[in-house]
Amino acid sequence: MRISLAWLREWVDVGTDVPQLAHALTMAGLEIEGIERAGPALEGVVVGEVLSVEKHPDAEKLKVCRVSDGGAEPLQIVCGAPNVRAGMKAPLAKIGAVLPGGVQIKKAKLRGVESFGMLCSARELALTEDSSGLYELPASLPTGASLVEALALDDVILEVNLTPNRGDCMSVLGVAREVAAIRGQELRNPAQARVEPAISDTFPVRLEADNACPKFVGRVIRNVDGKAKSPFWMQERLRRAGIRPISAVVDVTNYVMLELGQPMHAYDLNKLNGAVVVRQARAGEQLKLLDGRTIELTPDVLVIADERTVLGMAGVMGGEDSGISDATTDVFLEVAYFDPDAVAGRGRRYGLMTDASQRFERGVDPELQERASERATQLLIECAGGQAGPLVVTRQGTSAAREPIRLRHARVRRVLGADVPAEQVAECLRRLGLQLTESTGADGVTWQAVPPSWRFDLRIEEDLIEEVARQYGYDNIPEVPAATFEQAAPYTEGQIRNERVADLLVDRGYQEAITYAFTDAQLQAELCGEPGLALKNPISSDLGAMRVSLWPGLLVVLRENQRRQQPRVRLFEIGRRFATEDGRETEVVAGIAGGPRVPPQWDVEKPAPVDFFDVKADVEALLTLTGAKDEFTFVRAEHPTLHPGQSARILRNGRPVGWIGAVHPRHVQSLDLTYPAVLFEIETAAGLAARIPEYREISKYPAIRRDIAPIVDEAVPADAVVAVVRASAGALLKDLEILSVYSGRQIEKGKKSIALGLNLQDTSRTLTDSEADAVVTQILDRLRRELNATIRDK
Amino acid sequence: MTETAADLSSVVATATAEIAQSTSIDQLEQIRVRLLGKKGEITALLKALGSMDPEARRSAGAKINEAKDRLLAAIEEKRTRLIEEDLARQLEGDAVDVTLPGRGQPVGGLHPVTRVRRRIEQIFRNAGFQIADGPEIEDDWHNFEALNIPANHPARAMHDTFYFPDGRLLRTHTSPVQVRVMKQVAPPVRVIVPGRVYRCDSDVTHTPMFHQVEGLVVDEGISFANLKAILHSFMKELFEKDVKMRLRPSYFPFTEPSAEVDISCVSCGGSGCRVCKNTGWVEVAGCGVVHPNVLRAVNIDTERYTGYAFGMGIDRLTMLRYNVTDIRMYFENDLRFLRQFA
Repeated sequence: MRISLAWLREWVDVGTDVPQLAHALTMAGLEIEGIERAGPALEGVVVGEVLSVEKHPDAEKLKVCRVSDGGAEPLQIVCGAPNVRAGMKAPLAKIGAVLPGGVQIKKAKLRGVESFGMLCSARELALTEDSSGLYELPASLPTGASLVEALALDDVILEVNLTPNRGDCMSVLGVAREVAAIRGQELRNPAQARVEPAISDTFPVRLEADNACPKFVGRVIRNVDGKAKSPFWMQERLRRAGIRPISAVVDVTNYVMLELGQPMHAYDLNKLNGAVVVRQARAGEQLKLLDGRTIELTPDVLVIADERTVLGMAGVMGGEDSGISDATTDVFLEVAYFDPDAVAGRGRRYGLMTDASQRFERGVDPELQERASERATQLLIECAGGQAGPLVVTRQGTSAAREPIRLRHARVRRVLGADVPAEQVAECLRRLGLQLTESTGADGVTWQAVPPSWRFDLRIEEDLIEEVARQYGYDNIPEVPAATFEQAAPYTEGQIRNERVADLLVDRGYQEAITYAFTDAQLQAELCGEPGLALKNPISSDLGAMRVSLWPGLLVVLRENQRRQQPRVRLFEIGRRFATEDGRETEVVAGIAGGPRVPPQWDVEKPAPVDFFDVKADVEALLTLTGAKDEFTFVRAEHPTLHPGQSARILRNGRPVGWIGAVHPRHVQSLDLTYPAVLFEIETAAGLAARIPEYREISKYPAIRRDIAPIVDEAVPADAVVAVVRASAGALLKDLEILSVYSGRQIEKGKKSIALGLNLQDTSRTLTDSEADAVVTQILDRLRRELNATIRDK
Repeated sequence: MTETAADLSSVVATATAEIAQSTSIDQLEQIRVRLLGKKGEITALLKALGSMDPEARRSAGAKINEAKDRLLAAIEEKRTRLIEEDLARQLEGDAVDVTLPGRGQPVGGLHPVTRVRRRIEQIFRNAGFQIADGPEIEDDWHNFEALNIPANHPARAMHDTFYFPDGRLLRTHTSPVQVRVMKQVAPPVRVIVPGRVYRCDSDVTHTPMFHQVEGLVVDEGISFANLKAILHSFMKELFEKDVKMRLRPSYFPFTEPSAEVDISCVSCGGSGCRVCKNTGWVEVAGCGVVHPNVLRAVNIDTERYTGYAFGMGIDRLTMLRYNVTDIRMYFENDLRFLRQFA
C-alpha cells in the first residue's frame, strides 16, 4: 500500500526524519518496503501562463508565445505543442532549469526566433507518460509559483507491506493511528464531517443475508453533476496511491476509502429498481462487472441487487449497468459493513483483487460507516454539487457488545521472557486505544481490556501480548537460552542414514542432484509405464504429475548435461516417489551413470562405457552398508525403463526393494542420449535398514583352498551355482569367490564354465586335506545332481 | 727369490689396474678367481713358497699375504661402488613424472543445498533438537486448518498451493509437521523438520519446489526470549560470523507474537551491497511463539506449556552462504554448477 507522507502529516505529527519514521514503523510491524519521492525535483520549472499565441514566421508547426512567469515582463517562448493556446496554464522551464532527462534549458533560436525557455509536456517532466501536448495545469494554480510547490510534488510516498491481520491500517487514518501510538503523539483526526439533509429523499434497503451484512448506510444525493471532475489535489492523491482518477463522484468514493479505510459504492439512483437488497446470489445468476466481463455467480457469493437484477458483488466490485456515468444526476451512496467471511476468497475465485475486497476481507471497522458516508457526502457536494437526503442506517441482527479480554501481567512476562513492568503494559495498550480495567490479585496485576472497534484482530490474551511486544520493542526483549532438558535423543543404528548413503555415492564418484518432485506425465508414462498422480493446477504441463520414480528426472538431467558437453555423468538423488493411484510416498535413493567408466586420463587408453556391473558394484557397496548383504538377491526382471536383458529386481529376503538396469535402447534413442546409461533405485526404509553387527569367533586354524570349475547351462545364473555350493559346504565354507565365467572354445555350445575359489576352514581344529577333498566331492555331487553340472578336470 | 718378488709386483700391478677398470660385478668376480681361486696367480705364488727355505719363506709369505689382502680390499671396495652405481641407475630408470594425475575414479560431491541442510541439522542436533519428518502430500487440515489458517483466510493467498483433484495438496511449508509431531509426542518437544515444500510460483527468484527447515520447541516456561537466543546463536554458527540479528514484528496465523528475522548482511557485513539491497540486513526466517489455537488443536494445555516455532528457507541460506546469485541453478543440476561444491 502506498501512503502519501503529506496526507499522513494532516493526521499526525510524523517528525522530520523520514528514514527514522520508516524504521520505527518497520520495527512496529508495518514494514516500509520503500521510500520514494512523489515526483522529480524540477528546479526552475514554474506555473506559466500563456498570454498570447502567434504563428512562427518561418515554420509551419511552431508558434511564438508570450508567456508570463509571474514577473513584470512576459517571456517569448517558441513552442510546437498542438494544444498550446492563449489563456492556458502549463509548466514553464525557465533558462537554467534542468529537466529529469538531464536536458538543461538555455536561450535558443528556433528558425530565427529567440526562445527564453520551454513549455513542457507531462512526460518531459517525468510526471506521466503523456507526451501528446503541454501538460495543462488547473487555472487555480498561481502563475509563477514553483511547479513542485504548486502540485505538492515534494511529497514522499511510503510503500507499506501490510500483514493480513492489519486490515485496520489500510488507510491514512489507520497508519496515522500507528504513528501516533509509536511516537506518543495525538491523532489530529480531521475529516469529521456532518452534512445536514437538504432533501428528504431516501431509497429502500433490505438486508436478507443473515450475518453477512449487519449494517448498511444509504444516502440519496440529487442534482449532482456526473460530468464534474474532482479537484486537482484529490486526483493527485489518488494517483499517488495508484488509483486512476475517473469522475468526481467515483473519485470521492475512492478518496474516502484511502483516507478512512471504508470502501463504498455510488449507484446511479435512476437505474435502481424498487429497492436495494443485500442477499446471497442465486445459482446461475449473471453479473456484468465494471471491467466489462460477465461472470456467473454461485450461492455463496454475497451480492447487492435491486428488485430486478444483481447490481454488484458485495465488497468486491460493482456492476456496469448501475454505475455512475457522465449522465448521472442522482446518486445512491452505499456504505456497508460486510462480514470478512462473506467476502473472503470470493473475488479471488473470479480473478478479482480490488481495493474494496482487500479491505473487506481483512476487516473494516464496523463503526466507521456513518462517518465515512458523511465524509463522502461532504466531498461529493463540494466537487459535484447536489443536495443530500438523510443518512439511513439499516441493520440486520443485533451486534453484541465486545467482550473484554483478560490479560495477566504474569502471562505477558512468561510468554515474552521479558520483565515488562505492569505500568508499561498498560501504557502500551492505552496508546492503541484499548479501554483497561485493572485489578491486582495473588498472581499480580490482571487487566480486562476492551479493544477499539477497528482492532477486530484483537481477540485473545496472546493478541494483546503481541501488541505489548510491538510497542515495547522486539529489540528490547533479551536473548535467554532455555533451560536444557536432561533427555537423551534417539539415534538408531538400525537404519543407514541418508548422509552415509550420500557420502558413499559421492566417494564413488557420484554428484548429488535435486530434481523436481513433479514431472511430465507423458514422458513418465513412456518411461515408467504409468503417468503419475496429476496435479490439479500444475505450473506447466511438463511439471504436471508427481514422479513415480526418480528416473525420469535423472534421465532428463543426464541428457541436459550431455548437451552441455558433459559426456560423463554420474548422478544420484535421495527423494520421494509418489504412487500414481493414491500418492503414497516412498523415499528412495536413485542413481544414473552414463559415459566412460572413468574420465579421460593419461594412463587409460580409451575408457570403456559404464555398464551394468560398474553400477552393480556401487549398489552392492550400498547394500554392504546394511551389514546384511547376504539378505539381498538380484533377480532378472523386466521394467519399462530398462533393457530387458540387463535389468534386475533387487530383493531383500525375497521382498522387492529396488531395481537396477541399463536404460532400454528405445529410450536411449528417444531421449537422444549420447551414451547408454545405467540406472538404479533402492527404497531407503526397507532396503537400507541395517543389521547391528554381532561378533563371531575368528578361527585360529589354517584354511584350505580349493578351486572348482563346474560347467552348467548358459541359462543357470551364477547365484544358483553359489547357492548349491553354500548349501552343500555348510559352515566350513568361509569365503567363496567367482574367479571366472567362461564359454567358448573347449566348452560345449550353450554351456559355460564357472570357476569358483573356496576357502574351507574349521573354527575348532585344523582341517585335513582329505576332509577338504571330501567336502569338494560332496559339492560336486550336488552340482551334478541339482544343476546337471559337469566337471572338467583341471 | 727375486723372481718371486718380481712376479708378485707384476701380478699386483696388473690386477690393480684391472680392478680399477672393471665395469661390472661379474668382471670383478672373474679377476678375483683369476688371482685367488684354486688355480689363481696369487694362490700359485703361495704354493711356490713351500719350496723355499724357512727364512725366505717367512719373508716372501708375508709380502704375498699383504698383497693378497690389499687386492681383496680393492675388489671389495670396487664391488661396493659398482652396487651403488647399479642401484643409482635403476632408481634413475624407475623415476616417474610426479606431476601427472592419479589414476581411476574421481570423487563426486553433495548438492549445495544438502551441504547447508547438513550444517543446519548438525548445529541443531548439537543444541538438543531431534529431526522429524512428514509427508509432502498433505491434507488441508494439517497444512492450514490446524495451523489456524481457516478457509478463505487472507494468509492463504500468500501460499500459492498446488492441489490434487481429491482436495489434498502439496505442503506449502514444513509447518504441518509441527502438528504431526505434537499429535504423536507429549511435551517436551524439541525438533527441527527439514524438507521439500511446494508453491505454485516460478520466476527469477522463485522455484515451484524449495527447501525449508522448521523448528519447534514446546515445554514449560518457553518464551520469546528463548527463541531469540536459539536463532541468534544458530545464525552465528551457520555463517561462522558474529552476525547481528533483529526481529521485526510480523504476522503468521500459527504464531503470536510473530516476527521476521533479519541478520546483518553476511556479504557486506552491514555496510550495504547488492545482496542486501543496500539495507545492511537480509531476511532469513520467520518465527514466533506458538499460537494457543495450534496447541489446542492437538490438545496441549496452553496454561502449562508454551512453545516457539521458526521456519527458514534452506535454499536462501545456501545462496547467502556460497554467494549463489541465481536460485534456479539449484534444480537445473548442471554438473559445472554442482562440481563447485564438491
